[in-house]
Amino acid sequence: MKTYDKIIFELSRPGRKGYALPADKFDTDGLSAIPADLMRKEAPELPEVSELEVVRHYTNLSSKNFGVDTGFYPLGSCTMKYNPKINEEVAALPQFNNLHPLQNADTAQGALELYWNLQRMLSNIAGLAEFTLNPYAGAHGELTGLMVMRQYHMSRGDNKRTKVIVPNSAHGTNPASAMVAGLEVVEVKSKPNGSIDVEDLKPLLDDTVAGIMMTNPNTLGMFETEILEIAKLVHEAGGLLYYDGANLNPLLGKVRPGDMGFDIMHINLHKTFSTPHGGGGPGSGPVGVAAHLVEFLPNPHVKKTEDGKFYVDFGKDSLGSVSTFFGNFGVMMKAYAYILTLGKENIRNVGPLATLNANYIKESLKDDYLLPIEGVCKHEFVFDGLKDKSTGVTTLNVAKRLLDYGFHAPTIYFPLLFHESMMIEPTETESKETLDDFIEVMHKVAKEARETPEEVINAPLTTIVRKLDETTAAKNPILDYRALKEAAK
Amino acid sequence: MPHTEEDVKAMLERIGVATIDDLYCDVPQEVIYKEEYDIPSAMSEIELRRHFAELGNKNKPLTIFAGGGAYDHYSPSVIAHLLSRSEFYTAYTPYQPEISQGTLQYIFEYQSMISELTGMEATNASMYDGATAAAEVMFMMVASAKKKNCVLVSSTISERVLNVVKTYAKFHGVVVKEVPEKDGVTDLEALAKMLEEGDVAGVIVPTPNKYGIVEDFTNLADTIHSAKGYLAIYADPSSLAVLRTPAEWGADVACGDGQTLGMPLAFGGPYLGFISCSKGMLRKMPGRIVGATKDADGKRAYVLTLQAREQHIRREKATSNICSNQSLMALYATIYLSLLGKEGLKEVNVLACDGAHYLFNKLIASGKFTPAFDKPFLKEFVVKTDLDMEKVNAKLLENGIMGGLCLGNGMVEFAVTEKRTKEEIDTLVNLMLEA
Repeated sequence: MKTYDKIIFELSRPGRKGYALPADKFDTDGLSAIPADLMRKEAPELPEVSELEVVRHYTNLSSKNFGVDTGFYPLGSCTMKYNPKINEEVAALPQFNNLHPLQNADTAQGALELYWNLQRMLSNIAGLAEFTLNPYAGAHGELTGLMVMRQYHMSRGDNKRTKVIVPNSAHGTNPASAMVAGLEVVEVKSKPNGSIDVEDLKPLLDDTVAGIMMTNPNTLGMFETEILEIAKLVHEAGGLLYYDGANLNPLLGKVRPGDMGFDIMHINLHKTFSTPHGGGGPGSGPVGVAAHLVEFLPNPHVKKTEDGKFYVDFGKDSLGSVSTFFGNFGVMMKAYAYILTLGKENIRNVGPLATLNANYIKESLKDDYLLPIEGVCKHEFVFDGLKDKSTGVTTLNVAKRLLDYGFHAPTIYFPLLFHESMMIEPTETESKETLDDFIEVMHKVAKEARETPEEVINAPLTTIVRKLDETTAAKNPILDYRALKEAAK
Repeated sequence: MPHTEEDVKAMLERIGVATIDDLYCDVPQEVIYKEEYDIPSAMSEIELRRHFAELGNKNKPLTIFAGGGAYDHYSPSVIAHLLSRSEFYTAYTPYQPEISQGTLQYIFEYQSMISELTGMEATNASMYDGATAAAEVMFMMVASAKKKNCVLVSSTISERVLNVVKTYAKFHGVVVKEVPEKDGVTDLEALAKMLEEGDVAGVIVPTPNKYGIVEDFTNLADTIHSAKGYLAIYADPSSLAVLRTPAEWGADVACGDGQTLGMPLAFGGPYLGFISCSKGMLRKMPGRIVGATKDADGKRAYVLTLQAREQHIRREKATSNICSNQSLMALYATIYLSLLGKEGLKEVNVLACDGAHYLFNKLIASGKFTPAFDKPFLKEFVVKTDLDMEKVNAKLLENGIMGGLCLGNGMVEFAVTEKRTKEEIDTLVNLMLEA
């Protein structure tokens, strides 16, 4: 059904139904008690469709998508690992799914125990004192972590610390989160190998600096070898170190951010801890802190009494609340199941095997693709496009050609340090055969670029839709069905 | 983790190192973690299922008569089945539109449906939850108003939403002032005076509000607009099948929490937040937005659009730091609204509203409860009582019922959805009166 292109509204017929509700046995007409002025004039034009039409429609839409279950997804910085099915099963259990967030703690001890266990496990895995699970996503975790940073300084009356240092290679969310948290961004330069230039950092460290945001390995997949020196310098200047957990996967089971000197970090449960990305969410971005920052974590927090009961706590020194309730509990259940499945034995292999896979691809392809930085990478690495620059084939062309061959594209044009960035992250769940297939196709595309460049430049040729007109979409935005109908006239 | 020993050996050879540890040669030895992790040994599926069953049994299933921002609505069976299609849930954000048309189209449909409900001109691809959506709307209004830095928020908005708005405001440097309440609704006279004090970029008011009351905003938009401010309405999207829409009230922005669109309570999440706005504010809106376009062959297609607002392009100059949306929950809402449709969503409101009024009338008739306010309500309401509600609620819990939320001063708040039967309501009232 590749040709299916209906919108759900186009299936609508007046009077058609896709639901059944119980008959109204109440002898009341509640709505008549609401003044007519407070009621809407006309009913919303929602679709009127049958159940089977809904099922077919969305099943057809699903077939136009590419997921981890469809094929290899080497999207750099996104850690597209396999999402174990058992996690979906346990997270759907009605004993958890039907819990009201405000119900008495005595009647939700199982959920609170799970929540508390996950707080403890993440703390141990990260080498930090405590975690909040409230933040909903990575960027939300960054924002929460920066709020902790500011709350800490403000609690000491140190109100002039309003700057945060961010490397120019950082994920875009870092400076954006700093802006939302009311901090001024100061950029620190990267050395040619992508790591922070310590000499450039030193003069920036004064008493107006709240802290530094880093990811390690950095966005080029390279470990920041001078991390201990950087931590020492920042701490001596009175600042705190924030760890962007987007790149935690290669360190899982090997290195703990807390042991490198980081005071605050977030974890993307939807990256490192295998919960699905869901086509853009829901994710979960727990934030961990060192001992001296625990009191500032957002409310609510789950705690345990000495006699083993779990309860919901609201701390008085907390920075405030960043979520309506406890965060994306449904996502946490999946991450918890993942950690228990790995256990203390297998968790040790996650980072090392992710790193092995990345280095394997890198070494296998560097004859055809330009590797700007030599040496071992961690979970991901960056090529600066094709080695042969005479073909006219760009990184975008290569990415689109990969779609024709049944692979998802790498992350492209990020980081901004190179013009033709192509960021590849295979994750530990891919077999050698899959990696070999990908390597073969990448070589093939490089060959095509030399011999039949038109084919690569015009890609994709076999996908459900071809190159899209993004310029018109932005110039004359059509954002809903009404506007689409209007435009068709 | 699929590698055999031979695989690893062959791969290390290609890389040119002897062991996997050599791939960490650049990491200072003192930060390599050598101790045992403080987590249990690996569990098989059998053990994992048992563990979750044990934890699950420590939770008590309840018949729910409370709301407070999360409501026990009915969820059609179809939704969970369709959401479990891994083409949807194992996909990333649709950065490669050619192989993400499924995600892009359902977001387009979601935007269309939310715009139908709010009556507004544009809706984004969703936010984390209602509270964070309200906080982002505060930023939107400040950014749009230019050089004004104060946002008025009605104290009749949910306390949980207000707390998040205040947290965001405190750090970002926005002044939030609470508009007092009068008889359970926003004090519009006080609001007008606060507008006169100047510097007001916008106002956020809720409906139904934290007491379940449907507020009357007659003339409010005009008053705010003549003070050159923006009006945002925090609304329950389910209620908008019947209640006057933010657009009909003259609002510039609408936001709220999508949980009421049949989403499982799930101990507080995942739900979704929504933001809709007028065309004039579109380019200040945070988050992903999907637009319709055509491909090289002229075929109908969808893309992420207006990305020049976003963090990956604009970094610290972006409208927000948000990177994701609650995409799968947006799919949830879209399928829910497709199934229920025009008539079904109205019917949901009629059933819930009738049940709520039935309970309200019974409570008042018992003589033990009096109305807290003389104002119209939909599915949630507050009554006053001299009963020891802590004792009453404990007794209800013993009987598997989550009673009303205690708001202090003898005020109790009940919520009734289309799932509650007459018999359940009768049992609730009888148990409360016996306690």
